[in-house]
Amino acid sequence: MTDLLPTARTGGGPAVLTKSAAPPQDPPQAPGPRVARGTRRRLGPGRSLPFGRLIGPALLVALWWAASASGYLDPRILSGPGTVISTAGDLVATGRLQDNVLISLQRAGLGLFFGVVSGVVLAVAAGLSRTGEYLLDGPLQIKRAIPSLAMLPLLILWLGIGEEMKVTVIALGVAVSMYINTYAFLTSIDSRYVELAEGLDLGRAQFIRKVVIPGSLPGFFVGLRLGVTSSWVGLIVVEQINATSGIGYMMFQAQQYAQSDVIIVGLVAYGIFGFASDAGVRAIERRALSWRRTLAG
Amino acid sequence: MATHPGGLITKAAPAVRTRRLVRKFGDRVILKELDLTVAPGEFTALLGRSGSGKSTLLRAVARLDHTVEGSGELTVPERVSLSFQDSRLLPWLRVLDNVTLGLRGPGARERGLTALEEVGLAGRDRSWPHELSGGEQQRAALARALVREPELLLADEPFGALDALTRIKMHGLLRELYERHRPAVLLVTHDVDEAVELADRVLVLEDGLISVDLAIDLPTLRSRRDARFQEYRDTLLTALGVAQPPAPA
Repeated sequence: MTDLLPTARTGGGPAVLTKSAAPPQDPPQAPGPRVARGTRRRLGPGRSLPFGRLIGPALLVALWWAASASGYLDPRILSGPGTVISTAGDLVATGRLQDNVLISLQRAGLGLFFGVVSGVVLAVAAGLSRTGEYLLDGPLQIKRAIPSLAMLPLLILWLGIGEEMKVTVIALGVAVSMYINTYAFLTSIDSRYVELAEGLDLGRAQFIRKVVIPGSLPGFFVGLRLGVTSSWVGLIVVEQINATSGIGYMMFQAQQYAQSDVIIVGLVAYGIFGFASDAGVRAIERRALSWRRTLAG
Repeated sequence: MATHPGGLITKAAPAVRTRRLVRKFGDRVILKELDLTVAPGEFTALLGRSGSGKSTLLRAVARLDHTVEGSGELTVPERVSLSFQDSRLLPWLRVLDNVTLGLRGPGARERGLTALEEVGLAGRDRSWPHELSGGEQQRAALARALVREPELLLADEPFGALDALTRIKMHGLLRELYERHRPAVLLVTHDVDEAVELADRVLVLEDGLISVDLAIDLPTLRSRRDARFQEYRDTLLTALGVAQPPAPA
């Protein structure tokens, strides 16, 4: 057998490996660490589950239910899920819940619509022309520093306490978050793409359609998600002011009569809307930005 | 000032003509009254050490240098295509939409598909750019450049970011496409072998002026082992200031 130990090389001459008649047997595979070919990214967040996002909220409800059932929660402070469900049933039976939800949805929807449209138009105008930038960006950055709700007294003075005021307050908040994010992404579109568009002799309309809009779409969606959230926040505030309908009004009334179950129904309704609308925006975003490769995959 | 040839262009007119072209960045003059004429259908390679002004010249001819100070006359044809070191495909457009970007008129889609077929990307029209390999992305960029039937193709180190094997394939493809479409080509490269292999004329830019203007008289199918190939190569390397070791006996 050939001695393969390194000590063999310390001899006088150069060590020569001679082929022996019986080649050394390969040692059996040591049970060392095996390199498994992972099916997921090692540094990624992990595999995604269908409806996995619902696990957190479900856990929260379970906790609430357990606390009420064990008598740990005083129903005068917080009604249990059972009471809340039956109250919701009563409210639906009398039509009170649907009517109020519908009017709230209409306010939030209108505010969101006007906010999104004006935010995007302002962002494109400010991003694509110096005149637009100089005229619009300053005022909008100042507006960003002033919460829409701080303008409430002025808006009530101008528009009264009717629907216009409510929709305007919501739209203002939405427009600012739409503008800030769309504008930020639009102005950071790679100048190499602008060069490419010039080299291909794209007209302005085509440039906007093929380069500017898709390039700023990620920012649009960031703005949209913030905007949707801010539309619900705005809604909650404006519905506390002299409203005669809406979820906020229903909750405000319940407060007067110490009906914590009705308040919870209102909160749950807000929560469901917020969660559902965010999930909706995410779904649209995933489809619209399918060309992107991100950490979340 | 860049002048547009407008309706004055005829078949005999050169594809590129510069007269006393000056470009400078502050006090640094990059192009010093440079005169250059490229004939229609001529494949010209532009060599030069880094900082010699190759890219500045190419960007001037492409008229992408609005912000650079300069003077002189520049004449370029109506249809110019550009290809960059990066493929510069828009990540949000599918491959075919990238190729047909900016194409006008009917049949744009069919022309795009034909161009993709020509560069060996048939069937990849619905792919996203990130699904293509580096070489395939550069092929798509080449299809985008050629689908516009350019009279002049400007290429700024289009193979610079590719691995050696892919680069050899791309050389063959570019030459083949050139033979078929016959645009004038101005290829900026720092690779002497690439220049001699592809071009019919090689220019060396030095200190903002053309110092060597060498016609390459080799057959279309070139071998790097050809003695004349070696000769051209040595001449150019010497012009670029790279000392040549004596050839082995």
